[in-house]
Amino acid sequence: MSENRSQIAVLTRGVTKTFGRGDNAVRALKGVDFDAQCGELIMLVGPSGCGKTTFLSVICGTMKADSGSVDVFGTDLVHLGGGKLTEFRGRNVGFIFQQFNLIPTWNILENASIPLLLQGQSRRKAQDAAAKLLTEVGLGERLDAHPRQLSGGQQQRVAIARALVHEPRLLICDEPTASLDAATGHKVLELLKASACREDRCVIVVTHDSRIFSFADRIAEMEDGVVTGVHNSGEYKAQYV
Amino acid sequence: MLRLALKMLYGDVAKFVMLLGGLTFCALLMTQQSGVFCGLMLWTTSTLRNIKVPIWVCDAKVEQVNEVVPMRDIEVNRVRSVEGVDWAVPLYWGLISARLRDGSFQPIQLTGLDSATMVGRPVKMTAGNIEDLRLPNAVVVDQIAIKKFKRKGIDLLVGDSFEINDKEARVVGICYAEQSFLGQPYVYTTYERALEYAPPQRKLLSFVLVKPKDGVPAAEVVERIRKIPGISAFTDEEFNDRTIDWYIKYTGIPISFGTVVLLGALVGIAIAGQTFYLFVHENVRHLAALKAMGAGNTLLAEMVFLQAFTVGTMGFGLGTGLTSIFGNIFLKVGEPPFFLPWQVLAFAGSIIVFICLFSATIGLLKVIRAEPAIVFR
Repeated sequence: MSENRSQIAVLTRGVTKTFGRGDNAVRALKGVDFDAQCGELIMLVGPSGCGKTTFLSVICGTMKADSGSVDVFGTDLVHLGGGKLTEFRGRNVGFIFQQFNLIPTWNILENASIPLLLQGQSRRKAQDAAAKLLTEVGLGERLDAHPRQLSGGQQQRVAIARALVHEPRLLICDEPTASLDAATGHKVLELLKASACREDRCVIVVTHDSRIFSFADRIAEMEDGVVTGVHNSGEYKAQYV
Repeated sequence: MLRLALKMLYGDVAKFVMLLGGLTFCALLMTQQSGVFCGLMLWTTSTLRNIKVPIWVCDAKVEQVNEVVPMRDIEVNRVRSVEGVDWAVPLYWGLISARLRDGSFQPIQLTGLDSATMVGRPVKMTAGNIEDLRLPNAVVVDQIAIKKFKRKGIDLLVGDSFEINDKEARVVGICYAEQSFLGQPYVYTTYERALEYAPPQRKLLSFVLVKPKDGVPAAEVVERIRKIPGISAFTDEEFNDRTIDWYIKYTGIPISFGTVVLLGALVGIAIAGQTFYLFVHENVRHLAALKAMGAGNTLLAEMVFLQAFTVGTMGFGLGTGLTSIFGNIFLKVGEPPFFLPWQVLAFAGSIIVFICLFSATIGLLKVIRAEPAIVFR
């Protein structure tokens, strides 16, 4: 655990989100109170449909909450306008998706350099930084390869490089090991833990994969649109797994 | 990012080829068919360029240059008496049959020139001398006559002869003339001999060719000639426009060609629009991922429009390139007619731009509406 743990990275209070209207309305979030601290890797767990992904979308600013407050590194996302919110995400959030979402027609160097290019950095600078990170994740020899030429684990490593290349403070991971075998999933989490858990950074992982619970500093349990409890990983594994 | 947007476009080879093919086909169909249409319209007025004079005088009922309503010979002198006329000469111009030495017939455009001045003579002689038309039974034929006679197995050379209305016509020269609308070869002779070849009629004068005096505007002389009862007059430009307008108004040619051009545009919109929409649709997840990572709608719009305009420009270039290859072949062979003015290219270009704008906008709406959160689903 980091010494800087006391600094709050994400703080939400009473977050609600409803999809649809009238009889078809689905209340995905029913007043979520949550906090994550700097230097922490926190996992969000719970059954399918409990609102984990919706909550993740809200705290990373890709979806607006209907009500409540969402504070990420001191910025109130609820009241941030569209353009500013996009800019905030670009500078402060790194994403790792379940399906990797790598662009198949671009090589992995280009894929990994996207966040820096979006910040307006020159192609050369962006690709230098991306190449460095890809080398760190063991793909330095395959910079010209396209995603379809790589295994699932290698693609996820490209996604990690892409998520970290602009040094975001918040790293959002949605089921990062769902498409991977146990050994590869383990390596990916080791990589995440090692490269992401710095004192100025917070990692939030949504997962169903009990094999990786041991990597978490804390585990927040969600059910039916609310956070029902927060445990340390050992406690949680002992109690539920 | 824009360079990567193009890579995204080229990387999906199947869709890129489909898009390019659709737009190329659309541009080809529009420019090639419009080129043939314009060429056909040019053929309708070829007489005005083969017989280049400033003013044409004809019967008052004549609506366009390919329509002949014979006048009395006396009209030549009446025109000559109009103030501002420098000279006026008669012209016989009629469709008549020539009988070849193997007994077969070939329709010809018999053109009788004033024997004293040879006004309306062919611009370019490729063999013989136009002055030889004054020799007995002499005619000058154009390159189309040579081609048409050859198709019937007859090599027509200077010195050969054929019959027009049972009278001998001896070739004393070969000229180059622009093809007429009906595609019949031009056969030049003197006005007097043309009247001998022509079937007997009370009136035989087709046109009076006029030049205004130096310094007198042609339009002014035309106005004065029009005051003579029973006859009308046009400047060559006026007659040109009037002829094209007549063909556009009274024949089905524009509708026929217009339908093909419209179909070309519709096919382009359907194929290119649909394919581009599919291309964007399939990339929505990737574009939404970019959105999540901080790409604004403006950047995504730039990317989508760049992709649309790149493929549009390439399709337009390929389509018009193919049209120009076809056009060159047509012009070498001599038919079908072909003329590609810049307006046709501008028109086809605007349609392609419209197709690109349309399909890019439809695709873009999907991208703009897409919530970046879809990347988590």
